[in-house]
Amino acid sequence: MNVLEINSVSKSYSNHLALDDVSLVVPEGQIFGLLGPNGAGKTSLIRIINQITMPDKGALFFNGQPLNSNHISEIGYLPEERGLYKKMKVGEQALYLAQLKGLSEKEAKKALKVWFERFEITPWWNKKVEELSKGMAQKIQFITTVLHQPKLLIFDEPFSGFDPINATLIKDEILRLKEQGTSIIFSTHRMESVEELCDHIALIDQSKKILDGPIAEIKEQYKQQIYKVDFATTDLTFLENLPQHLQLISKNKHQAEIQIANESSASDLIRFLIDQSDIKGFEEKVPNINEIFIRTVKENLA
Amino acid sequence: MNKIILIIKREYLSRVRKKSFLIMTILGPILMAGLILAPLLIESPNTEEQTLWVCDDSGLFESKFEKLEAINTQIFEQSVEEVKLLFKESDALAFVHIPDTSGITLKELENNINVFAHKPISMTIKKMISRNIEAVIESIKLKNEGLTRATINKTRADVNLNTIIMSESGSEQIGSTEIAMGLSMFGGFLIYIFIFLYGAMVMRGVMEEKTSRIVEIIISSIKPFQLMMGKIIGVALVGFTQFALWILLTFALSTVATRILVNPTELNPTELIEVAEAARSPEITQGNEMSIILTQLSSFNIPLLLSMFLFYFVGGYLMYGSLFAAIGASVESETDTQQFIMPITIPLLFAFFSLQIILENPDSSLAFWVSIFPLTSPIVMMGRLPFDPPIWEIALSMVLLIIGFIFTSWIAGRVYRVGILMYGQKVNYKTLWKWIKQS
Repeated sequence: MNVLEINSVSKSYSNHLALDDVSLVVPEGQIFGLLGPNGAGKTSLIRIINQITMPDKGALFFNGQPLNSNHISEIGYLPEERGLYKKMKVGEQALYLAQLKGLSEKEAKKALKVWFERFEITPWWNKKVEELSKGMAQKIQFITTVLHQPKLLIFDEPFSGFDPINATLIKDEILRLKEQGTSIIFSTHRMESVEELCDHIALIDQSKKILDGPIAEIKEQYKQQIYKVDFATTDLTFLENLPQHLQLISKNKHQAEIQIANESSASDLIRFLIDQSDIKGFEEKVPNINEIFIRTVKENLA
Repeated sequence: MNKIILIIKREYLSRVRKKSFLIMTILGPILMAGLILAPLLIESPNTEEQTLWVCDDSGLFESKFEKLEAINTQIFEQSVEEVKLLFKESDALAFVHIPDTSGITLKELENNINVFAHKPISMTIKKMISRNIEAVIESIKLKNEGLTRATINKTRADVNLNTIIMSESGSEQIGSTEIAMGLSMFGGFLIYIFIFLYGAMVMRGVMEEKTSRIVEIIISSIKPFQLMMGKIIGVALVGFTQFALWILLTFALSTVATRILVNPTELNPTELIEVAEAARSPEITQGNEMSIILTQLSSFNIPLLLSMFLFYFVGGYLMYGSLFAAIGASVESETDTQQFIMPITIPLLFAFFSLQIILENPDSSLAFWVSIFPLTSPIVMMGRLPFDPPIWEIALSMVLLIIGFIFTSWIAGRVYRVGILMYGQKVNYKTLWKWIKQS
């Protein structure tokens, strides 16, 4: 089951094309990383999902139904550029935002109480937002985003403005929400958090989707047959004369990265190396998301 | 629908609860009451213990001065020179010396009454003294001519012109240009003030949402147009509340203040009525004027006028309010608003000034066009209404105002929805046009 389907969506603004025929499928109960350089069109896509703007072409389906205003209460959105009414009291404001999402005052109060206790911020209820630090305000925003228990959560750079302790707190909350069955779209530039959280990623660059799939598959796909080998000796001169199908990528005192350039297997490499020296360690180098990101964007540019 | 009520509620409550609202609400009537009372305060003589000394050698005027109540009078029997010496030492306000009348004509007496004072005395007091003396002299003169005051009072005439307006429909009604002008100026002025005061409040509210970056969170739950209209309506309710409180408080304050500050005995008619020139007591005069005003007011169709006022008041505000909202959405700081406020201010100012020309000539072609054009009609048509413009002109003006409102809020909605999410962009009229065209 897919929580969200995006079918060839295009959107142009007066001076440029923001999205060019983008199709995506967000599987239910997973964390979906939406990646891309600045200005690629991520925010445009997120705004379309939130029905803030309408696509020029294409269609969106939420739980199989064409996306409509009834779905607003099933989506929670934490924008990258976010703020609160500075002069309003924290509790009042949280109640207001929850009611806008369709909760009754009573439901909202009850749910807020639970979250305020969980984050240990109950004393803030009657404080004005302008009295809070940025990190404190971010916590309130996080709560108001998830309070109405949406089926789909969209986080745009959720960790910006948090110190490491609170970032971990938020990360744990996101994982907990996922366990409860919430589907999450996660847009960020911090690749290590993508690696840590996402099940599935899509990469958008220059208004087009250029990569899409489960993280494990993408990593598999981007493997370059590079192996990292630890040798027992420090004399690695034999690496100067590798056979044709083996290429030395890098080496230091007793470590080397070797790429297999043709179809031959890792066993062939091991067989060759055993004859030259003792091997202490051998592992395939799996590309991280950061490398994949940079490589695909560069290739796309070329 | 439920959500727009939430928006209205927040916009209303968050403003009404502000300290500045409370301060403005209290300060407004005090300023108004001050404006009303200032002339009274300036005119009323100093209520401190003031003594007027009178030395009446003729013996004719003493009785007049004894009755003075606002000021203590002290009658002296000594000679002028003695009293003068005493006066120098005293802190009495003034010293009136009336010479002996034996041997001089009344004409000579009129020019030989001296008032001694330590410092220049006010016009009011001077007038009061001379009035007292004049009344006695006039009575003497009347007696010499064989007339009594009663005869004089009987012969007095007082003409009030009744203006009868013959409308096209053939009906005749009594009207007054002064009151009509007063009414329409006031109505137009109220609309003008309201648009500026609360239009600017809408604009600042939109800017606050934009600069604090809460707007994207809100419009993920509600349509930008709903947010805009919710804000405009919420602010309008704030305005109504403030106006209502102002009117109530002004009324209460000025009633109470008038009671306290104006000594009722000054208005005592029985005494003043005898006095020659100012014979007509203020109360009776006021009563007459009030009843004239009331009959003339009743000649206007008050419920119609009031409902038209409400229509133009609300219509004008909504139209300008949406334009102010669009400006707020396009800019990021108060200083950037100037270039966009100008074109809104011009029709408003134009309407306000042409209103004064139009009142002189309510059927000119300027009056027609300006009261039809939606950006100026709320102020101007309000001013023309007491002059009974043709029904079709009123209807056309109303229809055009509704169309104008729909059109401006449509335009404003389009600018708003794009502008509110635009940061760090230099906005000029070209960009605004692009936003309007954008689907």
